Amino acid sequence: MIKFLVYVAIILTVIAIGYLARVFELASKLKGTKPHEVTDNDNKFMSRMMLLWIIALFVFVIWNLKKYVPLLLPESASEHGVEMDWLYNFNWAIIFFVFAITQALLFFFAYKYYGRKGNTATYFPHNNKIEMIWTVIPAIVLSVIIILGLKQWNKITAPAPNDAIVIQLYAKQFDWTARYAGKDNELGASNYRLITDNNALGMDSTDSKGFDDIIVRNEIHIPLNKEISFKLNSRDVIHSAYLPHFRSQMNCVPGMTTVIHFKPIITTAQMREKEHVKHLMAGINARRAEKGDKPVEFDYILLCNKICGNSHYNMQMTIVVDTEEDYKKWLAGKKPFFDKSITVASK
Amino acid sequence: MSMNNHDQHAQAHNLHAEEHHHHEESFVSKYIFSMDHKTISRQFLITAVIMAFLAMMMSILFRLQLAWPGEKFAIINFILGDKWGKDGILEPGMYMALVTIHGTIMVFMVLTGGLSGTFSNLLIPYQIGARDMASGFLNMLSYWFFFLSSVIMMAGFFVETGPASGGWTVYPPLSALPQAMDGSKLGMTLWLVSMSLFIVSSLLGGLNYIVTVLNLRTKGLSMTRLPLTIWAFFITAVLGVLSFPVLFSAALLLIFDRSFGTSFYLSDIYIGGQALEQTGGSPILYLHLFWFLGHPEVYIIILPALGLTSEIISVNARKPIFGYRAMIGSIIAIGFLSFIVWAHHMYITGMNPFLGSVFVFTTLLIAIPSAVKAFNYITTLWKGNIRYTPAMLFAIGLVSTFISGGLTGIILADSTLDIHVHDTYFVVAHFHIVMGVSAILGMLAGVYHWFPKLFLRHMNKKLGYIHFWGTFISAYGVFFPMHFLGLAGVPRRYYNNTAFPMFDNLVDINVFITIFAILAGLAQVVFLFNFFYSMFRGPKSEQNPWNANTLEWTTPMANTHGNWPGELPTVYRWPYDYSKPGKDADFVPQTIPLTDGEVDGGGH
Repeated sequence: MIKFLVYVAIILTVIAIGYLARVFELASKLKGTKPHEVTDNDNKFMSRMMLLWIIALFVFVIWNLKKYVPLLLPESASEHGVEMDWLYNFNWAIIFFVFAITQALLFFFAYKYYGRKGNTATYFPHNNKIEMIWTVIPAIVLSVIIILGLKQWNKITAPAPNDAIVIQLYAKQFDWTARYAGKDNELGASNYRLITDNNALGMDSTDSKGFDDIIVRNEIHIPLNKEISFKLNSRDVIHSAYLPHFRSQMNCVPGMTTVIHFKPIITTAQMREKEHVKHLMAGINARRAEKGDKPVEFDYILLCNKICGNSHYNMQMTIVVDTEEDYKKWLAGKKPFFDKSITVASK
Repeated sequence: MSMNNHDQHAQAHNLHAEEHHHHEESFVSKYIFSMDHKTISRQFLITAVIMAFLAMMMSILFRLQLAWPGEKFAIINFILGDKWGKDGILEPGMYMALVTIHGTIMVFMVLTGGLSGTFSNLLIPYQIGARDMASGFLNMLSYWFFFLSSVIMMAGFFVETGPASGGWTVYPPLSALPQAMDGSKLGMTLWLVSMSLFIVSSLLGGLNYIVTVLNLRTKGLSMTRLPLTIWAFFITAVLGVLSFPVLFSAALLLIFDRSFGTSFYLSDIYIGGQALEQTGGSPILYLHLFWFLGHPEVYIIILPALGLTSEIISVNARKPIFGYRAMIGSIIAIGFLSFIVWAHHMYITGMNPFLGSVFVFTTLLIAIPSAVKAFNYITTLWKGNIRYTPAMLFAIGLVSTFISGGLTGIILADSTLDIHVHDTYFVVAHFHIVMGVSAILGMLAGVYHWFPKLFLRHMNKKLGYIHFWGTFISAYGVFFPMHFLGLAGVPRRYYNNTAFPMFDNLVDINVFITIFAILAGLAQVVFLFNFFYSMFRGPKSEQNPWNANTLEWTTPMANTHGNWPGELPTVYRWPYDYSKPGKDADFVPQTIPLTDGEVDGGGH
C-alpha cells in the first residue's frame, strides 16, 4: 500500500510540475514574450533576490555561529593545542574578513548592475595595477599564514623529549589497546606472527625490555604536565588515533610505527569544573534524558578517525588525565603483561 | 535505403554516394555508436544526469540515517530491501557502501566524465571552428568505456556482498583484504574494474581534446583568442592525461595485492585469526599514487566548471571577462601547481613531517591564482548590464561557493590546523562546497546556457529560477553548518554518532542538514522534469539566443554533420568584445573583421 502511494505521489508531482511549466509558457505567450527570454522585470526581480540573499546569508552565518560555537570542544587540554587554537582564531579572522567582503561585493554588484533595456555595460577588459594588487596582497597574507603554521608544525612534529612517558596505542578492528613501557620506559619487541588470543599484541617474551610492559584496555590514565609519547601501531587496516580534546591526531598504519606526543595541562577533574564544560554536559545530559539514556560525566576520548570496517563508528577508549600522584597510584595497581602465569599459558 | 531495382541502385550509387553517406545513417550509427561530437556530448550528459540522480538518492538515504539513527524509514526498506534495510533501518555495511559509491559516482562519473565529456565534446569543435573531434572513433570509444564503467559501478548493488564500502579513496589494507569487511569482496573487484575502464575512457577523451585544440583551430583563432572555456578544457585534459595513468597503476597494484598474493601495500597483517604472509609493502605508497591523481582530479573537476562560468558571466554581464590573460595564466598556474600539492591529503598519515611542510607551501601557493580568478569574476559583474538567465544565476552561485569553500581550504592546507580536523566533517563540508557544489553549479549553468546547442530548444526559464534558488539555498543549508560538526570533532564515515555521548548535543545540526538535503533533492526533481520535457517540448531556439560572440552560435540550429554547412568560419578577434565602445550592438562576434585602427584583445 505504501509503495503504491509512493508511486502515486511521484507521478502526481511530475504532473504538477508539468502543468506549472505549461502555465508559465501560456502566461508568457499571453504577454507576448518568449518563455525563455529574460525580461527587464525578470532582471529586476532576480537582482532583488540577490540583495535579499546576501542579507539572508549573513544572518544565517551569524545565527550559526551564535548557536553552534558554544557547542564546540572545550579549551585545549594539551600544551601545543593552546597555540593551535590561537592559530585557528588568527586564520578565522582572515577568513571571515575575506568572506564578508567578497560575498558582499559579489552579490551587491549582482544586485546593483541588473540589466535594463537601453543600458550599456562599461567596457573594462583589464587593469594591470589592480590585478597586481590583488595578486600581491593574497601572496603576502598567505606567506604569513604559512610561516606561522609551519612554526607550530615543526614544534608539534619534533621528536619527543627523552624523558617523555612512552605508551603504545595498538589499533585493531574494532578496539584500542594501550601498552605502557614500564619502569625502563622502553617498549619490548613485538611481532605480528606471535599474535595469539592471549597475546593480542604479539609481544616477544624473549626481549627483556618488554618484561615490565603493562597492557591496559578501555581506559588509560596519563599524568598532568608530563610529555607523553605515543607509539602507534595497527595489526590489520589503517586506523587513526584522534584525540580531539588534545588537538592531536595520527594514523595507525600496519607495518610501521607512527608517533605523536603532547603534554596534557588540564586534568579530567579540573576540566569537569570548567564553566564551558559544565554547560556542554548540561546540554548533552538533557538530550540523553530525552532519549532515556543515563547521564554522563565529561571524559577525554580517543576515537578512530579512519574508516576501518563496519564498526568503525564505535571504536573508542577513555583517557583520564590525573595528577602525578593519582597516576602513580593507578599505575601501581597494574601488573606487567609477562606475569608468569600468562607467559606459560601463551607458550 | 529501400530500392527495388538493383541496377538502378548501382547506377545511382556513384552519383549519390556522398549524399547517402550523410543522410541515411542507420539508427544505430546515428544515436548509439555515433562518432559525431554533438551526439556523444548528449550521451555523456544524459548518462551523467541519470548517475547524478542515483548518487543523490544514495546521499538522501544515508542522510536519513545520520539525522534519525535507529528510526524506521519505509523508503529505506523500499529501495534496499530486507537485506540492507530491514524494517527500514539502514545496515552499517550498506551505509558505508552508499557513502563510497555516492562519492565515486559524483567525483568520477558525474563531475569528471559527465562534465568534461559533455562540454569538452560539445564546445571544443564548436568554439574552435572544427567539423568534429580529431578522432571521432576514439571519441565514441571514450563514451562507451564510460558507459560500461558506470554500469559496472552500479552492478555492485546487485551482488550478494554488496558494493565497495571503504570510502571513495579505497585505502588498502581495508580495500585489499576481503576478510576486513563484506565491501572488500566482489564489490571491490567491480569497483576496480569499473575504475580501470573509466581511466581508459578518460584517457581516450583527454588525448582527443588536446589534439583537437592544438591542431584543428580554424583560421585566425590563435591560442590567445580562445574562449576561456577551451583553455579550461585543454588544461583539464592535460591534467587528466598526466595523472590518470598513475591512478591506473595504483589500481593495478591493488588488484595484484587482492588477487595474486603480492605485497605492494601490505605488511605485517594479522586479520581473521591469521597472520598474513605479506611483508615489506606500505599503504603509504597507495596514498601517494592515489593522491597523485586525486589532487589534480579536483582541478579536473573544477576547471571546466570555471571555464563555463567565465563564458556565461561575460556573455550575460554584457562585458568582457576581466583580465583575460590573467585568467589564462591562472588556469595554467593552477594546472601546474595541482601536480605538486597531493600530499596535503597525507599530513598525518605517517609521511615524514618535513615533506608535509613542503606541501603546505605549494598548497597555499595555489590559493593565489584561485583568488585572482574569484576577484576577476567579481570585477566582471561591476558596471555590467546583467541579464539573469538561469545559467547566469548558477554561474554567480558558483563564484560564491568557490570563494566560501576555497577559504576553508586555508585551514586544511595548513598542516598544523589540519591535525585537528583531518577526516572530520569539516573536510566533508569544505570539499563539497568548493568542488562538489561549485562544479555542479557550473555544470548546470552550462546545461541551461548551451541547451539550445545540445537539443536545439530552450529550457523553461521560471522552472530554472526555482531550480537555482532551491539548489543554492539548500547547498549552504547543508554544508555551512557541517563545518561545526567537524570543529566539534565528529569524524566522517561514522554510521551514527550515538556511541559517543560527547556528540549527543550536535544531533540538531544533523537534522537541519538532512532537511536541507531533502529540499535540494526536490529542487533537482524540478530540473529533471525541465530537462527531459524541454528536450522534446521546449520552445525552439533561434540561432544566437544569447547574443554571444563565440563560434558555436554561428552554426545553424540543426544537427548539421560537420557543424558548418559551407566553409569553416574565419576568426578576426578575441571572444569578449561585449559592449565595446563605438559599436552598434553590444556584442561583436569573432567572425567580424576588425575595423581600421581597432585593437584586438581588450585594447581600445
